Amino acid sequence: MDSYKHILKNGLWINNQAFVALLGLCPLLAVSNTLINGLGLGLATTLTLILSNSIISLVRHYVGSEVRLPVFVLIIASIVTIIQLIMNAYFYELYLILGIFIPLIVTNCAIIGRAEAYASKNPVGASCIDGLAMGLGFTSALVVLGAAREIIGSGTLFANAHLMFGEAANNLTMVIIDDYEGFLLAILPPGAFIGLGLLIALKNIIDARQAKPSQQTVSMDFASKKA
Amino acid sequence: MANTNKVILKSAWVLGLFSLIGIGLVSLTHHVTADKIADNERLFVLKNLRALVPDDMHDNDLLSDVIEFSDPNSFGNKHPVKIYKAFKNQQLVAIIASPTAADGYNGSIKLLVAIRQNGELIGVRVVSHQETPGLGDAIDSNKGDWIHSFAGRSLNNPKLSEWNVKRDGGYFDQFTGATITPRAVVKAVRKTLQYYQANKGNLVTSNKESNG
Repeated sequence: MDSYKHILKNGLWINNQAFVALLGLCPLLAVSNTLINGLGLGLATTLTLILSNSIISLVRHYVGSEVRLPVFVLIIASIVTIIQLIMNAYFYELYLILGIFIPLIVTNCAIIGRAEAYASKNPVGASCIDGLAMGLGFTSALVVLGAAREIIGSGTLFANAHLMFGEAANNLTMVIIDDYEGFLLAILPPGAFIGLGLLIALKNIIDARQAKPSQQTVSMDFASKKA
Repeated sequence: MANTNKVILKSAWVLGLFSLIGIGLVSLTHHVTADKIADNERLFVLKNLRALVPDDMHDNDLLSDVIEFSDPNSFGNKHPVKIYKAFKNQQLVAIIASPTAADGYNGSIKLLVAIRQNGELIGVRVVSHQETPGLGDAIDSNKGDWIHSFAGRSLNNPKLSEWNVKRDGGYFDQFTGATITPRAVVKAVRKTLQYYQANKGNLVTSNKESNG
């Protein structure tokens, strides 16, 4: 069994569902136009992942492999519907913005992906942590991309924070660039693709930097083999 | 063979059981949240109405003094229109109509149009739209002041022939790079004013009176 620390690192960085697995792109690209929208959908997705991973891990011995996928989809769809109803009841204004994307969580391949690849084979505790880690990894991708697009696109940060944190958070909105004309490309879908591409590139650069020492040994291995 | 049947039967039971549990949990949540959700939707509508017709202007419940109908002849499309009626001391002081401009740049634009009893506009608000961010979305009161240019206007101010955007020889500004959106809004507001002028007489009674 993996250590919890490794599971967390795996979800947040090594196997980040958005940057590495490139799963769940539909909600990622559609909702990441502001930081708050990204955070809202990210947290809803994280909650879904934790619940779906835990429940699927709990029942993994009772569900035969023949019907496992329909049962997983059933469980995930039920969880998402319940989250949607609860958001509609208690975070209504945020729901008005994210509403149409919440049902899309069902189609987020990252969730069925973790159910199949991890939760159906591992104990409850590890599966729950895996859901949390994968969810937070996905959320951080949404938040970073959302923040970048919001700053470049509209020159603000934390706009509409009151939708999530109540009226008190209204003054949280920061104007990063005064009298900004706005940069439409960043807000529209192409901006999401370009932004995601740049972030993946950035992650790859960081990974390459960190891997440099070991890479040298690899190339030396090759060299010795050739020799 | 018997073994295969057994596996199939077991799978069916598992699938059926999970369906039942899923349905049960969703129904339970629906049951618990239904009132709160209905309340939210009511409050949201009320909040939009209040922004146009504040509470001190009327003494009736706007949400119960409402008629809903669909009138393609007057509004140009089949979208249902609600008319909320505001009364003070049994006198009609204003109406708020909810027309839809179906000819926006990207789908329908839902509006609220508040008209004072004398036919003068109190104001117009956009409730929902999918116009281009940064261009057409300036009709949204959160994004621009354009929508406030309707306040105080009526069918004689500007005169009927000028109820258009400037590009079409009218009075109202369009936006740089977006003419279709304001054109659709101006047209919908004009049609609402014309409807009010033609049907004023039928709107002066409260629902309560006409029912009682």
